[in-house]
Amino acid sequence: MLEFLPFDPWKAVQFSQVLLRGAIMTVQITAGALVIAIVLGLMMAVIKTSRVRVVRFLVDAYIEIFRGIPALTLLFILYFGLAYSGLQIKSVPAAILGLGLVGCATLTEVFRSGFEALHHGQREAALAVGMTPIMAMRNIILPQAVRITLPPIGNYAIGLLKDTAIVSAIAAPEIMFYARNLVTSTFDTTTIYVLAAILYFCLSFPLARIVSRLEERRRSWQ
Amino acid sequence: MEESLLRVEELHKSFGDLEVLRGVSLVLSQGRKLSIIGPSGSGKSTLLRCINYLEEPTKGHIYVNGHLVGEKLVDGRYVRMSSKELAPQRAEIGMVFQNFYLWPHLTARENVAIGPQRVRGLSKKDSLDLADMMLEKVRMARKRDEYPERLSGGQQQRVAIARALAQEPRLMLFDEPTSALDPELVGEVLKVIYELADEGRTMVLVTHEIGFAQEVSDEVIFVDKGRVAAHGPPCDVLQNPQQERLCSFLGKLLGS
Repeated sequence: MLEFLPFDPWKAVQFSQVLLRGAIMTVQITAGALVIAIVLGLMMAVIKTSRVRVVRFLVDAYIEIFRGIPALTLLFILYFGLAYSGLQIKSVPAAILGLGLVGCATLTEVFRSGFEALHHGQREAALAVGMTPIMAMRNIILPQAVRITLPPIGNYAIGLLKDTAIVSAIAAPEIMFYARNLVTSTFDTTTIYVLAAILYFCLSFPLARIVSRLEERRRSWQ
Repeated sequence: MEESLLRVEELHKSFGDLEVLRGVSLVLSQGRKLSIIGPSGSGKSTLLRCINYLEEPTKGHIYVNGHLVGEKLVDGRYVRMSSKELAPQRAEIGMVFQNFYLWPHLTARENVAIGPQRVRGLSKKDSLDLADMMLEKVRMARKRDEYPERLSGGQQQRVAIARALAQEPRLMLFDEPTSALDPELVGEVLKVIYELADEGRTMVLVTHEIGFAQEVSDEVIFVDKGRVAAHGPPCDVLQNPQQERLCSFLGKLLGS
């Protein structure tokens, strides 16, 4: 009865149910990697404000190294390479760790530019009232830097969500992993990948809306 | 001998090859007000910033209330303090900046309260009460819940003064407190500083407002090329200048 459609709606519903299971995993991997990237990125950005040159050098080296390695390569090292040397990491933790480590290099730069956007007078005023540098960082610099960096972090999260597609290569059961499995068993390539695309869009679009809201709000401190 | 509240000994400060301060010494007793005047680039702001160690002097020593600031004597040698040791010393010195530097993510009230709360460990309620008192003093109580971006320059500077007062400092430093203000807003800030002077606070002001310096201060120093070129009561330094450089500086400033 619905033969005018270019695809079989009944099958599409079945495919969607399978892909939705993957969507939950996609969200979990994104969230996990995001938390690692934010925590490590923030730590490294704070460390980069240190006066000790060796410490700054180590952070810079980390950033350059991870900026220069494709995420997929890192995932293979974590998943296959480490297993070979006796350290077995399961696919999902490997995916979260790998994307988190790569993301942390990006977010360190985001946080660092957030700190730099603040006038040094902000910090001096904090020192002048008797705060230690650590108190000034916590009470004055960080709250402002986080506010400034929320929109770029949101944009990074959107990119990350889409990049999780590559972790299907180490068999983490997310959207693309299920999509490829379905294609192998049903050969209904177009329907399945279009459904996967729709699913990714449904996940990333709300995030994009949140980011533009944050960008509007950033213009005011209230 | 009367113990001086502030003593600056042979202060030198260089930025790279640039020698900004070349041996400045001064003494200020409790309750006295000192104005520092001088052409831009003469080192007067640097001198003020050295007093609370926002700039570390290249040579020389600062004493507030008889205590070395930013350094300690270990086996007869001067050693730089850690930032943790320095912080409580800075808390005893209030500083008002040219560009206010209020914290934009906090309301006026929170700007004043956060120091007492974090530095002196006051409870949240006590620190907010203290903030209200200080804002009352600078006539900003009505605007206490506004964020800095909603305040005029003069209002922001008054909040910044309240923030410094909340430290209950022994010494107040003002770094050109009205230079960033529109002319019509200068008066309200100067009025607040007058009132503080009347309370008998010890103050050091860097200013270009000669009339104000004359009225408010007990002493004036003229800093030129990193040295104290003239020092005395305002009537001598400002009205009866002896040095040629000081005469031409005052002449330019007063537009005559």
